[in-house]
Amino acid sequence: MNRSMTLRRSGVVIALAVATVASFTLTACGTSAGNPSSTGLKQATKLGKNEKTVSILAWPGYVEDGSNDPKVNWVKPFEDQTGCQVTSKVYGTSDEAFSLMKSSNYDVVAASGDLTLRLIASGQVAPVNTKLIPSYKNVYPFLKLKAWNSVDGQSYGIPHGYGANLLAYNTKDFATAPTSWDVVFDKSSANKGKVTAYDSPIYIADAAMYLMAHQPDLGIKNPYALDTKQLAAAVTLLKGQRANIGEYWSDYLKTTQSFETGDTVVGTTWQVIKNSMSAKTPVDVTVPSEGVTGWSDTWMIGAKSKSPNCAYAWLNYIASPKVNAQATEYFGEAPSNSEACKYVSAGDCEAYHAGDADYASKIWYWTTPIAKCLDGRTNVKCTDYSQWTTAWQEIKG
Amino acid sequence: MSTESAEKMTNGSSHRASVFLHNHVRVRLALLLSAPLFWLVLVYIAALVALLVTAFWTVDSFTGIVRTDWTLDNVITVLTGSLYQAVTLRTVGIALLVTVVDIVIALPIAFFMAKVASARLQRVLVIAVLMPLWASYLVKAYAWRSVLSHDGIFQWIVQPFGGNTPGYGLPGAIIALSYLWLPYVILPIYAGLERVPNSLLEASGDLGASTWRTLRLIVLPLLWPAIIAGSIFSFSLTLGDYITINIVGGANQMLGNLVFTNVGAANNLPLASAIALIPILIIFVYLTVVRRTGALNSL
Amino acid sequence: MKLSKSSRVVLGVVTGVILAVIYLPLLVVLINSFSTSRSLTWPPPGLTLEWWGRAFQSEGALDAILTSVQVAVVATLVSLVLGTLISIALQRYKFFGRDAVSLLVILPIALPGIITGIALNNAFRTILGIQLSVYTVIIAHVTFCIVTVFNNVIARLRRMGTNLEEASADLGAGIWTTFRLVTFPQLRSALLAGGLLAFALSFDEIIVTTFTAGNGVTTLPIWILQNLFRPSQAPIVNVIAVVLVVISIVPIYLAQRLAGAETVPRARG
Repeated sequence: MNRSMTLRRSGVVIALAVATVASFTLTACGTSAGNPSSTGLKQATKLGKNEKTVSILAWPGYVEDGSNDPKVNWVKPFEDQTGCQVTSKVYGTSDEAFSLMKSSNYDVVAASGDLTLRLIASGQVAPVNTKLIPSYKNVYPFLKLKAWNSVDGQSYGIPHGYGANLLAYNTKDFATAPTSWDVVFDKSSANKGKVTAYDSPIYIADAAMYLMAHQPDLGIKNPYALDTKQLAAAVTLLKGQRANIGEYWSDYLKTTQSFETGDTVVGTTWQVIKNSMSAKTPVDVTVPSEGVTGWSDTWMIGAKSKSPNCAYAWLNYIASPKVNAQATEYFGEAPSNSEACKYVSAGDCEAYHAGDADYASKIWYWTTPIAKCLDGRTNVKCTDYSQWTTAWQEIKG
Repeated sequence: MSTESAEKMTNGSSHRASVFLHNHVRVRLALLLSAPLFWLVLVYIAALVALLVTAFWTVDSFTGIVRTDWTLDNVITVLTGSLYQAVTLRTVGIALLVTVVDIVIALPIAFFMAKVASARLQRVLVIAVLMPLWASYLVKAYAWRSVLSHDGIFQWIVQPFGGNTPGYGLPGAIIALSYLWLPYVILPIYAGLERVPNSLLEASGDLGASTWRTLRLIVLPLLWPAIIAGSIFSFSLTLGDYITINIVGGANQMLGNLVFTNVGAANNLPLASAIALIPILIIFVYLTVVRRTGALNSL
Repeated sequence: MKLSKSSRVVLGVVTGVILAVIYLPLLVVLINSFSTSRSLTWPPPGLTLEWWGRAFQSEGALDAILTSVQVAVVATLVSLVLGTLISIALQRYKFFGRDAVSLLVILPIALPGIITGIALNNAFRTILGIQLSVYTVIIAHVTFCIVTVFNNVIARLRRMGTNLEEASADLGAGIWTTFRLVTFPQLRSALLAGGLLAFALSFDEIIVTTFTAGNGVTTLPIWILQNLFRPSQAPIVNVIAVVLVVISIVPIYLAQRLAGAETVPRARG
């Protein structure tokens, strides 16, 4: 037996060499070496006949076809109205969505602000002609043509819903609502091992926002526009926080659970997570004085879509007041359509501060950090998302 | 053989092929090997090599598009970066601990199954060990989340003895991972023990060797390949895991997480491939070391 | 070596404790499937049958199970063929590069799934330029399922020896006849054990599947992953897990019966 175990090296070497040459030749022609430009894509000018299908990539809860809960179904009416059969896939993080968009040609994608610019720059999504979408006129003006859904005044999608990354705290540990994010930063050691934070590079913006208020000499004007020195300061703050983190979260079952059991007592959360906790959970949410980061999601159309007409039909449908109300209420965020509040359950629009332009303006919406500073500075280069990703991995250690 | 002669009459051409194959060993071998090798080399090895080549390319940081400019940067980053060193050490440490825990647990239960239990009980036990494999991996990992929570079952059991649940962190991850891979370690060890003849054990006893001595000098050497075979599963499955550590591992990350974030989040396939070199290297060293024991025949 | 009565008892007790620990988390899954807590909080605040009712109406879950069964069946069948071929070649012939081939079979299972996953993903998309689909999942699953069949079959071949096959050939039987009438019957239980493990392995695979599944291909583990993100669906996932464990008794039991007591399913390779 042992004799046969001796590796015949030459055999392996030859096999590997053959494989190397073969795959190298293939890879070299399969991977593009060119530089993509996003400006080459044109928006549609008129719509044609609907195709037969439309594929959609979205956050969980954005495209419900009754398969999870027979009572929750806004896909069926769309299919009946337009004849476009919907297939959908959900994703867990913006980063996962980015790689999914690159790997398969989805017709429609629901993207948060930390994803949109990347999709636009890599040519994955096409400009959207809002004139072809009647529902667009009722979208809140404060969500239109923003840094995360347009480039140089050209719209790249339709706003869907928006919300804030709130501070959740256990009312047993905090007699009064914390007024500052310092409970998860400078004072996080008080709850060592029971602090949570959102597991994504974009969370660095939360630290930057905190530094805006507490270290003004750093000169941060926009938490998504950080030069090297400002990023380093945020990283230092987050490394300090890391020592007191019990766990980071990105799926919300995990964070709901640990708030309910008390394994976590303070940290970032979403309104929808708070809503899904059982009523007697001693947890409340608040907007601290430094402000909040948040998201405003955008429905976009894949650049390589083979069903552009069905894609436009979906954008118009999902932004229409009733469906927008249904979808955003199911997910737990504020709707983008000013008429939608007529259709949601009583009190929901108030809970999410829907249409409150003043509240909405306090939210630093997720925006992809890019080298060209988003705060308008031209004398320095800002750190981009890939640097944030590297930094995030180092923070977690 | 009558069947053969019947076949000869009804199917002359297939008989001729059969004779031809019988006389041409090389052709027979080529026919046997071509399909599986086509699959494994063209699909698997080619893909693996392509991935390794990617490690020497670079990526446009904003658009995530791979550029075919040759560079050693990724490999150097991975080899010299303190982050990667720390995470590699942590991951290998966890994988080794999980492997040791699994072997220590698997040995007595496998011994009981193979050498003590009656044939009937043996069958029941094999089913009992295999059944948990069908409850999804994710479901089991989440179940451990419940168990390890600070008012979970673990706490409830150990509290009377003054213990405390380890909660979510590295110990939790080691417990959950050991649990997940345990059946994969029990089975080869059980199979290995089955192959140790009872007569050999009796002879050793008759010659006056104590039970302990028999176990150490007769059973263990015979069992060694089976133990190594089991360890390959627990070690390699742990080495690449990135999901369990997220569920019960607290804020810690493992090599799998770094690979996953670089593919998913950073869209930096070249860097991910460079990181992937670490586990590949570790596994190759491991396989080279253990192949001497003949364990690869006992998987 | 004669085990004393007391050491037999100790071993029995240890085995019992280990089994208890193995089943403890499964018990949690079972209880949580009746829990009124949507986020599986322990201890359960109350009990309900709601999730069991909803699970059987959940089209998503049923479709996912069907997809997983289809993938696993096809992957198992292909692995049975490829694994048998390669084990006969390795066990019955001596040839240049034999060791390399045996290492090659083990490699897909010895290398971490995430590496297999990203390598195949990269190969399918960038090199071959094919769209990910259910077929890419099957191709991926086969690469690491071959080894379970291989392990079981080669061990059996080793034990069988070649006497019977040679006798058959001496008596004038052709290669195919010998395989059909002599080799195959002896391999049957090994194939069954290997096939069963290949099926189980494919059925529960998540990491490689994540990277090779196309748009709209939802196997059960992927469905579970997606639904564990949503608290309102989590208890349903537990119901599915309980049902699967219970159902799994049937194939395992049958395999045991058919394979006979002497056959042990060899680990997942």
